[in-house]
This record gives sequence, C-alpha cells and structure tokens, in this order.
Amino acid sequence: MSQQVSRYFVPEPSHWPIFGSMALFCMASGAALWMNKVHAGPWVFVTGLAILAYMLFGWFGTVIRESEGGRYNKQVDTSFRWSMGWFIFSEVMFFAAFFGALFYTRVLSVPDLASGDNLALLYHGFTDVWPNAGPAFKETFHPMEPWGLPAINTALLLSSGATLTWAHWGLLKDNRKQLIIGLALTVILGALFLTFQVHEYGEAYEHLNLKLTTGVYGSTFFMLTGFHGFHVTLGATMLTVILLRSIAGHFKPDHHFAFEAVAWYWHFVDVVWLLLFVLVYWL
Amino acid sequence: MEAVHAGAHGHDHGHHPTGLMRWITTTNHKDIGTMYLWFSFTMFMVGGAMAMVIRAELFEPGLQIVSPEFFNQMITLHALIMVFGAIMPAFVGFANWMIPLQIGASDMAFARMNNWSFWILPVAGSMLILSLFVPGGAAGTGWTMYPPLSIQMGMGMDFAIFGLHLLGMSSIMGSINIITTILNLRAPGMSLMRMPLFCWTWLITAYLLLAVMPVLAGAITMLLTDRHFGTSFFNAAGGGDPVMFQHIFWFFGHPEVYIIALPAFGVISQVIPAFSRKHIFGYASMVYAIAAIALISFFVWAHHMFTTGIPLTGQLYFMYATMLIAVPTGVKVFNWTATMWKGALSFETPMLFAIGFLFLFTLGGFSGLVCAITAIDIQLQDTYYVVAHFHYVMVAGALFSAYAGAYYWLPKWTGHMYNETLGKLHFWLTLIFFNMTFFVQHFLGLAGMPRRVPDYALQFAEFNKISSIGSFGLGISQLLFLYIVIKTIKGGPKAGDKPWDGAEGLEWTVPSPAPHHTFEDPPVIK
Amino acid sequence: MKKITNKTAIRLAAAFAAGIAFTGTALAEMQLNMGFPVTAAGQTAYHLHNLINIICLIIFIGVFGVMGYSMIYHRKSKGHKPAEFHENLTVEILWTAIPLLILIIIAIPATKALISLKDTSDSDITIKATGYQWKWGYDYLKGEGEGIKFMSVLATPQAQIKGQEPKDEHYLLEVDNPIVVPVGKKVRILTTSNDVIHSWAMPAFGVKQDAVPGFIRDTQFRAEKEGTYRGQCSELCGKDHGFMPIVVEVVSADKYATWVDEQKKKMAAAMGDPNKVWTLDESKAYGEKLYNANCAACHQATGKGIPGAFPALDGSKIVTGPKEGHLAVVVNGRPGTAMAAFGKQLSDTEIAAIVTYERNAWGNKTGEVVQPAEVKAAHK
Ligand code: HEA
Ligand code: HEA
Ligand code: HEC
Ligand code: CUA
Ligand SMILES: [Cu+2]
Repeated sequence: MSQQVSRYFVPEPSHWPIFGSMALFCMASGAALWMNKVHAGPWVFVTGLAILAYMLFGWFGTVIRESEGGRYNKQVDTSFRWSMGWFIFSEVMFFAAFFGALFYTRVLSVPDLASGDNLALLYHGFTDVWPNAGPAFKETFHPMEPWGLPAINTALLLSSGATLTWAHWGLLKDNRKQLIIGLALTVILGALFLTFQVHEYGEAYEHLNLKLTTGVYGSTFFMLTGFHGFHVTLGATMLTVILLRSIAGHFKPDHHFAFEAVAWYWHFVDVVWLLLFVLVYWL
Repeated sequence: MEAVHAGAHGHDHGHHPTGLMRWITTTNHKDIGTMYLWFSFTMFMVGGAMAMVIRAELFEPGLQIVSPEFFNQMITLHALIMVFGAIMPAFVGFANWMIPLQIGASDMAFARMNNWSFWILPVAGSMLILSLFVPGGAAGTGWTMYPPLSIQMGMGMDFAIFGLHLLGMSSIMGSINIITTILNLRAPGMSLMRMPLFCWTWLITAYLLLAVMPVLAGAITMLLTDRHFGTSFFNAAGGGDPVMFQHIFWFFGHPEVYIIALPAFGVISQVIPAFSRKHIFGYASMVYAIAAIALISFFVWAHHMFTTGIPLTGQLYFMYATMLIAVPTGVKVFNWTATMWKGALSFETPMLFAIGFLFLFTLGGFSGLVCAITAIDIQLQDTYYVVAHFHYVMVAGALFSAYAGAYYWLPKWTGHMYNETLGKLHFWLTLIFFNMTFFVQHFLGLAGMPRRVPDYALQFAEFNKISSIGSFGLGISQLLFLYIVIKTIKGGPKAGDKPWDGAEGLEWTVPSPAPHHTFEDPPVIK
Repeated sequence: MKKITNKTAIRLAAAFAAGIAFTGTALAEMQLNMGFPVTAAGQTAYHLHNLINIICLIIFIGVFGVMGYSMIYHRKSKGHKPAEFHENLTVEILWTAIPLLILIIIAIPATKALISLKDTSDSDITIKATGYQWKWGYDYLKGEGEGIKFMSVLATPQAQIKGQEPKDEHYLLEVDNPIVVPVGKKVRILTTSNDVIHSWAMPAFGVKQDAVPGFIRDTQFRAEKEGTYRGQCSELCGKDHGFMPIVVEVVSADKYATWVDEQKKKMAAAMGDPNKVWTLDESKAYGEKLYNANCAACHQATGKGIPGAFPALDGSKIVTGPKEGHLAVVVNGRPGTAMAAFGKQLSDTEIAAIVTYERNAWGNKTGEVVQPAEVKAAHK
C-alpha cells in the first residue's frame, strides 16, 4: 500500500460526462418549456431524465469497478472523503437559503407588514401571528400539528440513523449479516418515513387547507419539507444501492468509503430533519 | 504497483482519443484548462458584443438602435455572460492548468468530474443565449433578477434560472475538485504555507463558491416557484417580501465579486515578484489578508441595498463592515508595492497588465469605498457611478489580471513566446480605451444618470459619447489579443522551460510546452 | 510595424490624458461632481464625498508615488540589483493600523450624515408616492393640501424620443403634473408601488428611496431654495424604466396655497358624473386619449401589442368578446403579469371610456358603449 501513495491515480478518458451534460441540457430546457406549457416540454425533460439515469449507472458502475478492482489507493480514498464532506457542506448552504427565508418572514417581513405605516395605510387589522399566510390570504387554514405524524417521523429517522450505525459496526467487524440486516432496516425506515410524509401532504391538502399557495407559511413549509423529502429519497436510493452491493459481497472492513459517504449523507438528512421539526413544525 | 495496474487494466496514458473525441472525453487537466480558457474567451466576445449594443444605443440621446425591452435583455445577458461565462471560467481555466503544476500533482483530484464541470458550461451558456430566442425574449431584469419584475418575465427568465442552476452545479463540482486537489495532492514537502499564492487564492475562492453558489440556487428556486407554483416568498400579499430576494441574492452576490477578485489577486501575486525579481513581500500577511477578505465578504451584503429601506441600524452596521474590507485589501496593495520596491523591474506585457491592474483596481476600490458610505451611496445607488466602480474592479481588475496571467503562462502552454511588441500594443490600447470608456462614467453617475436606461437626458450626452467611442476602441483592441494568441500557438520563438528569469515555482521546472502528463512521480520539494 | 516602446506609449497616454483634460475645460459647463444639493442633509453628504475623495487622492498619490519611484529607479534596464528583504513586521502592522484609523475617522462624519438623512419625524407635509409601470401617483396625506391626488406621467413626446423632432431642454425630465411643495418645510415622502420595485430619487435633495410593492417606506427632505428639481426612477422596473421622471417644484408658501386651491377645484371637476350616459363618439374620443396615456406603452397605439410580451388588443378574443370579461381584465388586472389592476388607478368613467375605445378601435367593431355604471359592477 505505502508504495501506491507515491503514484497518483488518473482515470482514462471517459464519455460519461458528456452524457451528463446532454442530460442536464434536456432536463433544464425541458423543464423551462414544460413550465410554460409548451407541449414538447415534458417529453424533452423525461428524455433528459433517462439519459441522466443511463449516465449515473454507467459512471457509478465504472467507479465501482475501479474501486473493487483495487485501483484506488489511500490518497484517492482521502480525496473522496474531502469531497464528500464539502459536498455535504454545499447542501447545507442550499438548505440555509430556505431556512433563511423562513427566519426572514417570521422575524422580519410578517411583523413589518403588521406594524407602522404598512399597518396604518395598507393592511388594517392584519396581525403578526405565526403561522401566517399574509394580509391577502382570506381563507382559514390549519398549521401542521407537530406531535402527530411529524413526531413519529422524527422517531423513524432517528432510529434509522441508529440502525445504519449498527450496520457500520457490523461491517467493521466483518459481520456481513449484521451489515445487511442493519442496512435493510435503514432502508425500510426511510421508506416508511417517505410514506408518512406523502400521507401528511395529503392530509394538509385535503383537511387542513394547507397548500403550497397558502402564503409564506405554505411556501416555507412545503419547500423546506419538500426538499428534505427529496433528499431522503436520494439518500434511500443510495442506501438501496449500498445494500445491494453489500449483498453482492462488496466492501471490506478497511475499504468501504462508498458506504461511509452514504452514511454521512443520511446523517446530514437526519440533522436537517431535526432542524425542520423544531423550526417548522414545533416553534 | 502502478506498472502492474497498467498492465492489468490496459491503463495506458500514452493512448487517448484524438480529434474531437479527445476534447469531449478528456480527463487531462491541461486539456480541460485549455477548453475553459477558449470557452471563456468566446463568451467574452459574446458578452462584449452585447456591451457594444448597449454602448451603441447610448451613443446619443433618443432611441435609435434597439427597443427598450431588448436593451434590458442586453444588459442582463451582458452581465450574466461576462460574470459567469467569461471571467469565472477564465480563472477556473488558469486553476486547471496551473494548480497541479504549481503543487506538483499529476492532475486534478477528480479528473473525470473535472471534465463534467467543464462540459456543463457550454450547456449553461447556450441556455442563456437560447433565452434570447424564446417567445418574449430573454430576461430583461438586470443580472440581479429582482422580483417582482422577474416574476413578470416570460419563458426567457426560466431559461436563465435553469442556466444559472447548471452554472452553479459546475462551480460546486469545480470547487470541490480544487479544494481536494490542493488539500490532498500536494507534492511531499509542499506545505500549505509554501504554496504559491495563486493556489491560496483559489483554495479560498473555492470555499467562497461552495458557500454561496447553493444559496443563489436557493434564491432562484424560490423565484421559480413564485413564478409558476403560487408560492409567496417575494410577495407581500402572502406575507413575503420582494426585498428578501435581494438579501438572499446579495448574500451570494457580494462574495461572488470576491470570487472574481481573489484569483485575480493570485495571478498578480505571481506576476509582480517574477518581474521584480524579488520574493513576494509579506507572504504570510498576504494569506491572512485573502482569508480576511473572504470572511468579511459574508457580512457586508446589504451595502447593495442602502436604498431599499432597511433600518438605520442596519445601514450603519453594513456601512462599517463594508469599510473594513479596505484594510485587508490595502494590505495586499501595499505588499505588492513593497515587492516592487528595490526590485529589478522590467516591463514585459504581463507586468504591464499587472501594474495597470494595481492602479485601476485601487481606483475601483476607492470608488467602492465611496459607495460604502451610506449617505453618499443613497445618491449614487443605481447610477453610472456604480457602473464605473464595478467595471474598474472587474474589467481593469479581473480582466487585466487574466491578461497578465495569459501572457505570463502562454509560453508554458504553447512552447512559444508571444510577440512582445504586439502584447504591449494590446496593453496600451486596452488601458487607454478602458479609461476613456469608464472614467467618464463616474461623472455621469455623480450628475445623477441612472443605470439600466436606454435613453437619457441631454446633459449626459457628451460623456456618453466619449464613453461609447472608448468602448468601441476597447472592443476592437481585444481582437488583437485573439490574433496574438493564435500567432503564438502557430509559432514564434521557442520558449525555454523558464522564459522569465525572475519567475518562481514548480511550473517552470517542466518543459515548455508542458507535456501532456507532468509530475507522474511527485517532485521532491527541498 | 513600428516598434512601440513603453516610453513612447507613456507619452501617448499622457498626451491623451491632456487631451481629455482640455476637452474638459473646453466644455466648462460639464458637471464633474455631484450637483450642490438644496437640502442640509444632502449638503452634508456632498461635503463628506469631497472629504473622502481628498483622503483617497492622498493615499493614491502616496502609494503610487512610491511605486512610481521604484518603477523609475529600480529598473533592471538601469542595472538595479534586487534587494533581498521580503518581510517586515513593523511596516506590516503600520499599514494595517493606519488605514483602519483613517476609516474610523471617516466613519464619524459618515454616521452623523446618515442619521440626519434618515430622520423622518415631525414632518410638515406627508406625500405618498406610488410607483406604477411607468408613472408616479401622488397622494397628499397630511399637512396643507391634504387630499390632493394625481398621476404624474412623462411629458416628452414620443416624436422627440424617436428622433423625429428636436429634443427640448428638459428632454425626458418633464412630466405633465409635477409635485409642488412649499420651500423650507419638511416633507416626508412615503413610497410604495403597485407592481414592481421603483425608486423615487431626487439628486438635488440627496434623496433616493425604493418603492417596494406591498410595503411603505419613507424618506424626507426640506428644500431650502425655490426652483424646479428633476430626478428619475432609479430601479429597473421594466421596459420604460428610463421614461418615468420625477419633477418637484419648490415654491413659496403663498404660491403653494394657490396651487392647493387650484388642485382642489380641478379634482372636483374631474370627478364627473358617474351616472351620466355616454354616447359612442363621446366615449371613444375621450377613451383614445386615455388609452394612449395609460395603455399604449405596452399594447401600443396600434393595438398590436409586442408579440411575446404584450398581447395585441386588436382582434383579441377578450376585447371583442363579452364586455364583462374585458372589464374584468382591465379593472382587476392579471395577477403575476405586467397587466395591472387599473381599477385602482383610474376612475370608472375613465375605464369605461378606455374600454369603449378598445372595443371600437382598429379592426374591433363591436359598436358597444360601456357605461361607468357597468365598470362599477366589475370591481372585485
Ligand atoms: C471584482 C469585483 C468587485 C470588487 C473587488 C469590489 C470591491 C468593493 N466594492 Fe463593489 N461592486 C461590484 C464588484 C466589486 N466590488 C459590483 C459588480 C457591484 C454592482 C453590482 C450591481 O449592482 O449590479 C458593486 C457594487 C458595490 C456597492 C453598491 C453600490 C450601489 O449599488 O449603490 C458598494 C457599496 O458599498 C461596493 C463597495 C465595495 C467596496 C468597499 C469594495 C472594497 O473591496 C474595495 C477595497 C479596496 C480599496 C479601498 C483600495 C485599496 C486599499 C488601499 C490602498 C488601502 C487604504 C485605503 C483606505 C484607508 C481608504 N461595491
Ligand atoms: C466581469 C464582468 C464584465 C465585463 C468584462 C464587462 C465589460 C464591459 N461592459 Fe459591462 N457590466 C457588467 C459586467 C462586465 N462588463 C455587469 C455585472 C453589469 C451590470 C448589468 C446590470 O445592470 O444588471 C454591466 C453593465 C454594463 C453597462 C451598463 C448598462 C446599463 O446599466 O444600462 C455598460 C455600459 O456602458 C457596460 C459596458 C461594458 C463594456 C463597454 C465592456 C467592455 O470591457 C467589453 C469589451 C469587450 C468586447 C467588446 C469584446 C471583444 C471584441 C469583439 C467582440 C469584437 C467586436 C467589436 C466591436 C464590434 C467594436 N456594462
Ligand atoms: C405594464 C404593461 C401593460 C399596461 C400599461 C397595460 N397592459 Fe394590458 N396587458 C399587459 C399584459 C402583459 C397582458 C397579458 C396578461 C396575460 O398574460 O394574461 C395584458 C392583457 C390585457 C388584456 C387581455 C388581452 C387578451 O387578449 O388576453 C386587455 C383587455 C388589456 N390588457 C387591456 C389593457 C388596458 C385597457 C390598459 C390601460 C388602461 C392596459 N391593458 C395597460 C400589459 C399591460
Ligand atoms: Cu420605475 Cu424604474
Ligand atoms: Cu458588494
């Protein structure tokens, strides 16, 4: 091993990136057309999605083959660690924009609208309460109650973090059974979480009159929980891949960065949920 | 070990696809750097052509050439293309080429992803350009895309939004690559504090990118949902606030201007010592200054919003914080001056551009400081004074520095020396026409001429005419650069490994032109 | 090609700079600094600006004096040998500390200037300025003249903008109805907007305040000199952003009182009789004028609109269809688009006339007259 460090790993030319770019082009322009009700839009978008899926399979397939083929040395492993860490940091900043919007509306814009000249000249009788859907929103709606499904979901995600760590312990001890059972449990808990989340959205739309269009409360609620849900979906998909690879016999106690990367990601998703639970549902 | 692998996997560096496929599939940092640089120059032409449309319309009062809607689309695309398509990729190109060479690595940490970071750019660039041709035309909002105006726009706005999403993805992947390369791939003995300053500026810039590009993505995503899915982030009727967009945008936007400026500082910090034949003065304080600038840049964003009606305390805080940036930036200017002091100076083209940078960037910094004083900025906000300020820091700052870097490293890239006479001509023409174009805009702004207008009152006519004539000269002078580069690629005097006697760094230990693969065995740094 | 040395080039540049300076003096009228404001707060800012320019100039001369010296005397071509030093803690601390000190010195007057500019308490007159795409609406809310209300639109004719007529002295800076205020009185301006962000700016008062839709923001001025002052909307607000000037007339107290009287009479006359029944020709003629003032900016005088951005009204299904649909669009607007709710800006009589005009202009021949009473019903 030590000898490898003195040599860098450089992959050979690859055609996956250009497929990725074509996919992004189709997805981006397709989405733009779709949103403007151009008929070709959805088709272009779906084509892009298909190319993306093809590219992801191919690209990750190559990476997995390189990894399992022993071509990655310690240095590559460290590179992966740095990169995954900083990628998660960029994801944190993405969520920060939306948490920032939540903070801004609750602490600044809604109180501002309900005071001073704004109140006197524009919005008589508007009060600064949270949840709030703004001065022009005249219907009644109910906020999402934290101690029902959301609390259960918190428990689910937290225990999925525990099962994942348990699976990791298994891997470190080279106990494949513990690894696979732990991972499977994690995937199941993640899937349950998503099911409940979908159910919760259904409740909100049908019984609470709480929609994406329900002023800033609806906007921040659905965008934050929605993007989180999207990340859980990604995380669960990655976990499934890791599960399948574990079943196929991949990973060694001293060489399993893919597992760890997904685990970091899953914990990140977990932490975001805790923040959501406290800031969006509870307070 | 490697030999065994090469055999086992048919892994041979010598054979790679040729022709177009070489460029499409390449995982070589030099190829990718070259592509970045060409892409950037192409976009510079496109963005510059749009600037020419702007200046032609402003040549004299009245509406002559384009309609006001189209004028607005031009300023928007000019800015987006110049910032995201020309200047940022130019420095990423430098980073790709030079960082591995400067730290003694054989390539970037993620060579395949590096290729993707690049190939997203033409896609994103075409989204921006395509937006001109969709019904309703491109976004006519200015590059700041403030709602509710951006809510009113047509499909072109969505193309711009998605284009920016892609640019953000590319930047994030690029920065992760740069960070990992610098932190993990340095040759043994190359400690962080021995790294060339260009690498330092990029390391910190990469962190800035990582921190703010996702925030921009968030902002424009909210814009998108406000436009199409009925959310109320930026709509007071639903409890949101149009000004919230400005906060989020400038939380990205202000660090963004240092994303443009820091690598420029890095290039200058390579060029000045080389042509002063003296070590950079105050290396450590340079590093701290870069870090300080980057850090402070996160806390000053609302200086772009002094007229939006933020409370007095907010205005005062943002004024003080903004003024503070002058301190570390000053340290850099002083250190550069001290580097030249008692050196053995010579004035080849890279040095000329670097000195031009020093003078004009400092001027731009001063006008920035004037803008930072809230009571004054209230008069200057959204006038041509601001336009003058930022072209001083971005054209005379970043662009001059990019030219300095290009002339400096051109021998290493091509193996030929460029034509010094033509290079100097390019510099002097650029310098003169640049000032002619933008210096007078200070006066326009002080007299109250608003920016982003296709037509103006009669008292602004003379200065606008001077500015337009200057800009045409500036534009044509840039064609000279294209000519010089092509001429250098095609031939010219052979360049030695180290064509500049004062230059320092590992990049000068490899042959010129740099071979396809360098430092496959890490160099040892004493 | 003749070889260009740095020296000749420097001479060229110097000659060029001198050239600019000469043109500068030749055009002695040209304004190189801010105009001198007519408010105390504006003047403070003006002096502050001069002070900072001087400080920056001194620093500039200092730094580039040193650099210039070394560029002249420390050249390789003169055989100068490079020195060895590359660190000196003392100077590094000094040139961190001194700029910091200078900044603190600047910050003190800068803070004072800002505080006096932002003090909007105890105003004599309060006026609300509402930005519309692309005109300003003014409501006198408090003080002498309370209740006065009017729209203020660019008065420069299109022919001048298109270059078909010579341009007036106040090209682009003149409006049909300027705001009038008395000299020496503190005027508080509330800004808000009906559609997108605009900005109410008046350089001579040192004032600029964004008009944000859905929010009220404020600023103030106390003009000390009579006269006519001109400014422009200063936030990009769409296609005619360059064409929505602001004109303030500062007059003596007497003149102001007369103006207030006149305005009140004019407003009473303009109310019209909402129950009057209009004939087609009457309504169409009145409507054409109003259409050109309010709608032609987007839908064009020809009714053809701008494809992709603003729909054509000539032959539009809405315009030639039932009246109710047409009225609903005009009175309530189309949220999320540039089409504003004109019911908030125009009286029912005016909207009736515009709609009548649209339904009978160009190729539209419905022959219908819309009455003010019908407009009333269309309000949501
Ligand atoms: C490369 C890009 C770049 C850089 C480096 C800067 C640098 C600075 N900018 Fe600039 N700025 C922009 C790009 C940049 N800016 C852009 C694009 C906009 C407009 C965006 C838009 O609206 O479209 C803008 C707008 C802008 C505004 C808003 C104006 C307005 O809209 O009303 C302000 C206000 O504070 C400002 C301030 C500053 C300051 C204080 C610095 C400082 O960093 C400058 C520091 C440097 C110096 C001061 C000179 C050197 C120092 C010394 C020699 C030491 C001694 C000096 C003293 C003690 C004074 N900038
Ligand atoms: C780094 C970024 C960058 C760069 C390099 C430039 C370069 C130039 N800019 Fe740009 N500009 C911005 C960033 C930049 N700008 C931004 C952010 C804005 C704000 C937009 C907004 O308000 O939202 C702006 C706005 C802006 C305005 C104000 C518009 C308005 O407010 O109405 C003007 C007006 O003069 C202008 C002019 C120019 C000119 C003449 C150049 C020149 O330096 C360009 C010279 C280059 C070329 C011309 C290309 C090369 C040559 C050819 C293609 C050959 C053909 C030549 C001819 C036909 C003559 N710019
Ligand atoms: C700021 C620009 C602007 C101004 C000024 C404006 N409109 Fe419009 N108008 C629009 C836009 C944009 C639409 C299209 C809205 C949409 O996409 O649904 C529109 C749509 C309409 C329609 C519906 C046309 C159709 O076929 O769908 C009518 C009728 C109309 N406007 C009348 C008027 C009248 C009357 C006035 C003046 C009192 C006016 N408009 C002023 C921008 C404007
Ligand atoms: Cu109104 Cu610009
Ligand atoms: Cu800034």
